[in-house]
Order: sequence, then C-alpha cells, then structure tokens
Amino acid sequence: MSEVIATLKKDYIYNLMIKGKRQDGRGFKDFRDIKLETNVISKAEGSAKMTLGNTQVLVGVKLQTGTPFPDSEDEGVIITNLELNPIASPEFEPGPPREDAIEMARVVDRGIRESGAIDLKKLCITVGESVWIVFIDVHILNDDGNLIDASCLAAIAALMTTIVPNEQQGIGKNVPLSMKEIPVGVTLAKIGSKLMIDPSLDEEAVCDTKLTVVSSSDGSVAGMQKMGSVPFTEAEVLEAIDMAREKAAELRELYLEGLVKQE
Amino acid sequence: MSDKPEKLITDNGLRLDGRRADEIRPMKIEIGVLSRADGSCYLEWGRNKILVGVFGPREAHPRRTQRADTAVIRYRYNMASFSVEDRARPGPSRRSIEISKVSREAFEPVIMAELFPKTAIDIFVEVLQADAGTRTAAINASSVALADAGIPMKGLITSCAFGKVDGQIVLDLNKEEDNYGEADFPVAMTQDGEITLLQMDGHLTPDEIKKGLELVKKGCKEILEIQQTVLRKKFETPVDETAEEAADTAETENKVVEEEASLEYASEAAVVEEAIEEAEELKKEISEETAAAEVCSAEEIPEFEELEEIIEEAETRVDEEALEEVVEAEIEEEAEEEAFEEEAEFEASFEASFEEVSEPEKFEELEAEETVSGEEKMKCEPEEFIEEETQLEEESGIEEIASEEVFESELEIESEAESEKELSAEEEVEAEEEVEAEEEEEVEAEAEEEVEAEEKKSEGPWKVVKDPSESGSRGENNE
Repeated sequence: MSEVIATLKKDYIYNLMIKGKRQDGRGFKDFRDIKLETNVISKAEGSAKMTLGNTQVLVGVKLQTGTPFPDSEDEGVIITNLELNPIASPEFEPGPPREDAIEMARVVDRGIRESGAIDLKKLCITVGESVWIVFIDVHILNDDGNLIDASCLAAIAALMTTIVPNEQQGIGKNVPLSMKEIPVGVTLAKIGSKLMIDPSLDEEAVCDTKLTVVSSSDGSVAGMQKMGSVPFTEAEVLEAIDMAREKAAELRELYLEGLVKQE
Repeated sequence: MSDKPEKLITDNGLRLDGRRADEIRPMKIEIGVLSRADGSCYLEWGRNKILVGVFGPREAHPRRTQRADTAVIRYRYNMASFSVEDRARPGPSRRSIEISKVSREAFEPVIMAELFPKTAIDIFVEVLQADAGTRTAAINASSVALADAGIPMKGLITSCAFGKVDGQIVLDLNKEEDNYGEADFPVAMTQDGEITLLQMDGHLTPDEIKKGLELVKKGCKEILEIQQTVLRKKFETPVDETAEEAADTAETENKVVEEEASLEYASEAAVVEEAIEEAEELKKEISEETAAAEVCSAEEIPEFEELEEIIEEAETRVDEEALEEVVEAEIEEEAEEEAFEEEAEFEASFEASFEEVSEPEKFEELEAEETVSGEEKMKCEPEEFIEEETQLEEESGIEEIASEEVFESELEIESEAESEKELSAEEEVEAEEEVEAEEEEEVEAEAEEEVEAEEKKSEGPWKVVKDPSESGSRGENNE
C-alpha cells in the first residue's frame, strides 16, 4: 500500500508528528469526518456507504441460501470479500485480489465473526441442509487511507440494516438480521514512538506499522492485526489497545447504536 | 472432527495433553536437512511438522520485482493437502496468503536486506502436518533456516501463541484448544522482545492480553534457547580439512562435552569417551583418510602433512626463545619459497599464541587434539549426542561421575589444560586475525620483496578457515 510520496512531504509529515501535530490539524486521537449512510442500494439486503475524510467505502450485503459447513450444521455462513477497485486509486489494478486486500478482508471478517456480531443460529433454515449465507462485499471506491476502519464500520452498519428475505424463499416473513454485538475496528499508525488513530493516506505512507484493534461493546478485544514491518513494543501494544477501545466506544455510540433504534 | 470435550483444563490445572498453562509443547529442530537449499530447517512442535527452505540472496525474478536499494524478502507459507483432517485444496488460499504476508513482515525488521540490493531472499515454508499454531511454528523454523543460510540478521525471531481456554489464559494452544478455545493470539518477537507479528481473534479483555503477553514472552524465551542450542551445535562443529581446524575441532568438542557434562548429561561423557576411542583408532588411518577423502583438495593434503611436521619440530624445541628464532628464520626462508607459504603462516600464528601463553606444553596439547581425528568424530558424535541426550537423561548420578572420571582420564591432557586451551583457542583466533597485520609489519621491516609472498600467504589457508562455504561442510551434520 505504499504509495509514492515525495521525500519532502514525508519529512514534513514526520516532523509534524514529532511535534505532536498532524497534517490536517487533527489530534492524535481524532478520526477524520465520518459520514455514514445506510440502505443506499435497494437491491442489496443491506448496504452502507461510509465516508471517512476522502476515503469512500461501499458495503453491500447479499443473502443466499446454501448448505452449512459440516462442523456447524445449524449455523449460517459469513463470507467476506474486499475489492480494491481500480477506480479507488492509481495504485490499484484489476485482477485477482492482492495480499493486502485479502488481509483487510480477513481482518474485517474476523472482527465480525469472532465478536459474534451475527446470531448465526437464527440463519439456519433446515439443520444440516439449508442455511442463509451472508455475503459481505466491501467495495473500496476512493482510497485516502485507513480502509480497514472504514470497511469495518460500513460492514457492521450494513449488517445492522440487513433484512433477511424469508419471503423470497417462502419461509415466513422478512425479518431484520439478528445482531448480538457491534464490533468496531480502530487502526493506529506508529510513527517514531507515537501512536495516532485513523492514519490518512500520506500518514500511512510515512508510518511503517499499523495496528488494527477490533473491540466489542463490553470493552473486550475481538481481533487484532499488526500490519507493516516495524516492530511494536509490548507497552505500545497495550497503549494502542486502550486508545482503540476508547475510540471504538465513542464511534459505536455516535454512529451505530442509532441504527438499532431505527428498527 | 470430534466433539468438544467437556473440559479443556482438568481440575488439577492440567490441559488435555498434560501440560500446565504456561508450558509449550515439546519442540524438536533439525538444521540443514535439504542439500539444495541454502539453508533449511525441519521443525516438530507437538504434532506440527514444518519444513523450511531458504534460498538466496539470489537474483530476483521477475526483474520488475527487484529493488535497487535492498533485497526483497519473499515468504511462502504453504500447507500440504494432506496436512489437515479434510484434504486442503492445493495452492495458495486466502488464509495462506495472509499468513505469508504477516510472517514476511515479522522477519523484515531483522533481516539485513539492505546488504543485498536487487536480490531476493526466498523463504519457503511447507506445513507437512498441522496441529494448531502452524504459523508460529513456521516462523520459528524459518528463523533457524535463515541463520543456516548465513543470511545476516540482527537477531533471531521467535514466535509463540497464547490463547484462552475454559476462561483461562494458556500458552501454545493445541488443536482441541484452538478449535474450542475462546481466543487465539499469535505473537512473534525479536530477541529484545519487540513484537514483529501480532494477530488475534476471539474474546479477550485488556487484562487478559497483558497476562498473555507475559506468558508469550516466557514461551519465546524457551523457544529461543532451543533455536540457539541447535544453531550452536551445528556451527560449533567446525570444518576439518586442515590441521588447524582439526585442532579447533578437538577443542570445541571438548567444550561441548564439558558443557554438557556440567549440565548433568552423564551419558554424553560415555558417548564422548567411545567416540574418542573410535577416533583414536581412526587416527592411525588419518593420513590415508585425508588422502582418500574427496572433499580435501589437492592443496590441502600436503598442507596437513606439513603442519604435522612443523608441530613435531616445534615439540622438540621447548626453549621458547630458540623456537622464536627458528620460527622467524623459517618465516624468512619460507617467504622465499612459495611452496612453504602455509607453513610460515601457521608458524607465525603459533608464535603469536606462543608468546602470549608462554607455555611450551601447548604444542603437545595441540598435537593431541589434532590426532583425535576431528573428521571422524564429527561424523559420529553429534548424531549420538542427540539420540543419547534424550534417551539417557535419567541415568544415575553414580554412573555420571564414573563416566566423567573415565572420560577425564581419557582426555587428561586436554582437560588439564582446558583453560589454557580455551585461552589459546581464543588467542589463535586472534592470532589468525592478527597474523596478517603482524606479519605485514614484520615483513615490511624486513624486506619489501616479502610483501608479495605475504599477500599470497594470507590468501592461502585463510580462505578455508574464514569461509565455511568453501569447506564443503555445509549440511554435513544432517541427522
């Protein structure tokens, strides 16, 4: 994901950070402006468009029936896909997903899966034969940094507004997708020895390592992933976890909990 | 797949496989198992079986992947289709691509890639049998394989996971614990404890994470020791095509023996004893052996013989000063005769170490060491060590003492002079390094003509000593 960036700009950002400032005037714990719209695609069972600064992500959720996995015959299936659409950046090319796209998709997937966000038992139609498969497709429309957090937020928002199309299968009324948890991913970039939340594209180019922490509403951590080649110290990891949990709680309250009440 | 066991941790605090919460599964590492790879490692960790081959630095293909300022590191984690219960589809899966990426990033901070611009360093991991924790096992194996390949690194990487099982934080999950546990948290760290890989899924509170990280640090420390022991075992057993190296061999082997005996590995002493007896028998054949051995180049054989002669000569001259004079005289003579270059160098190194130790006995020791044919010992010993280590650990203390005594008497000369030897070993090494400089000084003072000879000399045997890759010993100790 390392875009080409002028050395001058790099130095400038780096030096700003050492002074405790950021290029766009934010504090180290601030997100860029967030705009979250749901139900933007009527053909999808659930959808959300997320704008994070200039980063734009669209998530569509489709449900299809299929056979369950043999080791969990009474549970629905989650399949997460993330596409780095070439429309989003000159760096992206058409073709099979790159390793960073796969990694991001899996981090988003793990956050949703491991936190138990979706009540998979309620997606079972006939045990061992037929269950709902939830396809979460993340489309990156414009890459201006921190795609993971945008994808996480958009995905969970889309899921929270998803309707299970039971009528289409003739198995009762359409019902909202049953959700048990609201996981929120927060990514921190490490520059020097400083940690900053929600790195922009330029900041991602300057920093060498990011840590994504997905946390649940009880403050526990549901998933983590370190990305990049510079190591973290243990103290930094613990600090990052605390910062991420705090921020996640804030985002959850501001943008996501309202979605439930609309139902 | 079996059903979830009722309890993953029994009432007495033991896990299903009998481990305590802070114990790792038994780990076994072998180095240099692949002859075509530049470095390789086979690792068994519990029921995990991992094979790693390292290639490079070599030219990066396709060329557009080359980087002008640094080597590219490529890490390929691959699962054999038969490694898991349900056949895995061959080829890269999304999971293996992700693991490859994070594992590569775990190594990037320690590999000194900037030394090899435009090249690629390939790390190929084959998971032959999987039983939870394959990515951490693969990283541990890769770390050793990289060291085996001689790739410059700032330190080893060790990796270990912790997780939560039955609400309890435990180290190094096995398959059941991974399947039915509540969290999995793989970590890789440098020797300084800096975290280079961090992933996590499941459900953990910050306090649990803190506790887990402490456990992981402990686990990584244990693994690091295993890695280091294996690497030492390989690289302490030196190359043996020259007389000098034969001397070194005897020394290092003695050290190994000493260390291990002191670690109460009683049986080793006995093994060593046997090995030495064997070796002494073989010693008689040594000249034939060296001649016969194809690894020895034509240059090196006369060298060996010459060196022996010199040692014999030296032995007869106990008087230090006289020796010095002779040696100096010899150096001058030899400088004129190119055929005796190596001799001069050897003598010079002797001289240097001699001056510092100022004990003529040393020659005897050296000879004794030499005659214990390093080559044969090396071939038979390390293997036996490993087997015996595990098998005979429980042997009684009496036997231990007895065998130690026997062993000591056998090796009387060496063991008496051990401290000196270590000294002289160090000094020899130093001397070797210094010889070039020292000799240059001397020679400059003496005559300019000799400088040429000097340069040629420093080219002579040192190549063999300094560059193990030319000695043909790589992979010799395959077990």
